Amino acid sequence: MSEHQYVPKSKAGKWFNDRLPLLTLGAHLTDYPTPKNLNYWWTFGGILTFCLITQIVTGIVLAMHYVAHADLAFASVEHIMRDVNYGWLIRYIHSNGASMFFLAVYIHIFRSLFYGSYKSPREVIWIIGLMIYLLMMAAAFMGYVLPWGQMSFWGATVITNLFSAIPLVGDSITTWLWGAYSVDNPTLNRFFSLHYLIPFLILGLVVLHIWALHVPGNNNPVGIDIKKPSKDTVPFHPYITIKDAFALLVFMIIFAGFVFFTPNVLGHSDNYIPANPLVTPAHIVPEWYLLPFYAILRSVPDKLGGVILMFSAIFILFVLPWLDTSKVRSAVFRPIYRQFFWILVIDVLMLGYVGAMPAEGIYLVLARVGTIYYFLHFIVVMPVVGYLEKTDPIPMSISEPVLTGGAEPSLARKVNDKV
Amino acid sequence: MSKEEKKVNRRDFLFTASYTLGAVGLGAVIWPMIDQMNPDKAQKALATTEVDISNIEPGNSVTVLWRGKPVFLKRRTPEEIAEARAVKLDDLPDPQKDEDRVKEGKDEWLVMLGVCTHLGCVPLKDKGDFNGWFCPCHGSHYDVSGRIRKGPAPTNMEIPKFEFVDSNTIKIG
Repeated sequence: MSEHQYVPKSKAGKWFNDRLPLLTLGAHLTDYPTPKNLNYWWTFGGILTFCLITQIVTGIVLAMHYVAHADLAFASVEHIMRDVNYGWLIRYIHSNGASMFFLAVYIHIFRSLFYGSYKSPREVIWIIGLMIYLLMMAAAFMGYVLPWGQMSFWGATVITNLFSAIPLVGDSITTWLWGAYSVDNPTLNRFFSLHYLIPFLILGLVVLHIWALHVPGNNNPVGIDIKKPSKDTVPFHPYITIKDAFALLVFMIIFAGFVFFTPNVLGHSDNYIPANPLVTPAHIVPEWYLLPFYAILRSVPDKLGGVILMFSAIFILFVLPWLDTSKVRSAVFRPIYRQFFWILVIDVLMLGYVGAMPAEGIYLVLARVGTIYYFLHFIVVMPVVGYLEKTDPIPMSISEPVLTGGAEPSLARKVNDKV
Repeated sequence: MSKEEKKVNRRDFLFTASYTLGAVGLGAVIWPMIDQMNPDKAQKALATTEVDISNIEPGNSVTVLWRGKPVFLKRRTPEEIAEARAVKLDDLPDPQKDEDRVKEGKDEWLVMLGVCTHLGCVPLKDKGDFNGWFCPCHGSHYDVSGRIRKGPAPTNMEIPKFEFVDSNTIKIG
């Protein structure tokens, strides 16, 4: 590992680096050997870092103008929109930024699912990632409550009432969450406090996520272990930085498109009505990125059962590395799993769609079918397919298919030969 | 080789163009984040204050709030005006004629930001060695024209922009 021998050129740099090896860290991050075949699906890590920083910066700015009080919150958000210099821009970046953050994280997660990035030796990266995802959902939910509109209030009421499904202590827990006997000013105050805290917890976990990534190094589209550094790798800078920067620019164009042309399309118009504890909106839905889980919740005709199933849908992902029995990482070489992967993508999109529809008729049937498949995919399909599937030959190295000039690796070996 | 080195190639142009565009973009993003801390429209809407002065007797003063700061409106007696004008400019740390601190023909009205020019405390009226104002924070003495005479304050108390809307009303700001 070349970075361990790093010595700063200047005397001052050496003096500092001997005391705090930040320059060694910088050199490690710059030279970090990265598989040379990473495609654009691998640029979402950088994009997500950008999203987190954007949310933190715009959030700190908004907190300079926002008032976390039930009587003043709604008006202070309107004050931000109308009076504060560029307040409209900053708020629209923050609210659309949440959606862009989830869009990127879903692509990042499904990339991991397709290329088997959660598999040994990267289980800890995967689990830290899921913890980040959970915190993101908590932050997004609490952030949505802060404008104190109708959707804020009733969203908060519905989500906090999930905990009332817990036997015996459910009601006490819900009251404890509220700090009152309904969603009220104390609830708003603590949600604001936690909404400010969580992004920094996420930032800490992101550092661990990247640290854990740098131990085994990146997975790659062919999913094989590679020697580092070797002819299969390139230094992170400038090869990956420039590719990440290009992808980030494209992402920012889409982001800016939402912010400047349809800033409210992902929100709900009812949230521009001040919170009213006496009237529930006719049709209440969470933000789009929580819809699949909302559909799972509503598909079960039992309060506790629905809540358990919804949380299970997330927590089952934590044991995914041990549910997948396949020895091949990348779905590129897994003809059967590959098809199930796309079925899962369609299934989650469908759940998201029916989550936005009324819980009745055909939508309820689809929600139930979708929920059943979601769990079957992880509990049955992944272990069984991984065990039975006859995988395609995998290449010896990343360079091989390129250097031999053919898409079909000539020196390919079957997985079974190796074991 | 020296010819080659001087030649600006395509890559140099692309680098410079990219960095320039990047810097412009970054600036365009950073500026709103800075400008949001400037006074907003709600604050600017409070930028003028109108005061009814019909009830102020000669020798008395009132204090009003303008942009969150006190403004002293003092209706001075002829003796006080004479006293202010008798002072030699050489005796003043921040030389300024009393005539330049009031509106012509309305010499009795002294309209002045009631903020000590040292570190921003509010001076007390009818106190100090010069029959004017005295700042209790760090001991600055102002005369009857609000000019600094003694103490750490560097300049006279500030005269804000103001006008007489009619004979009974002053608009500050």
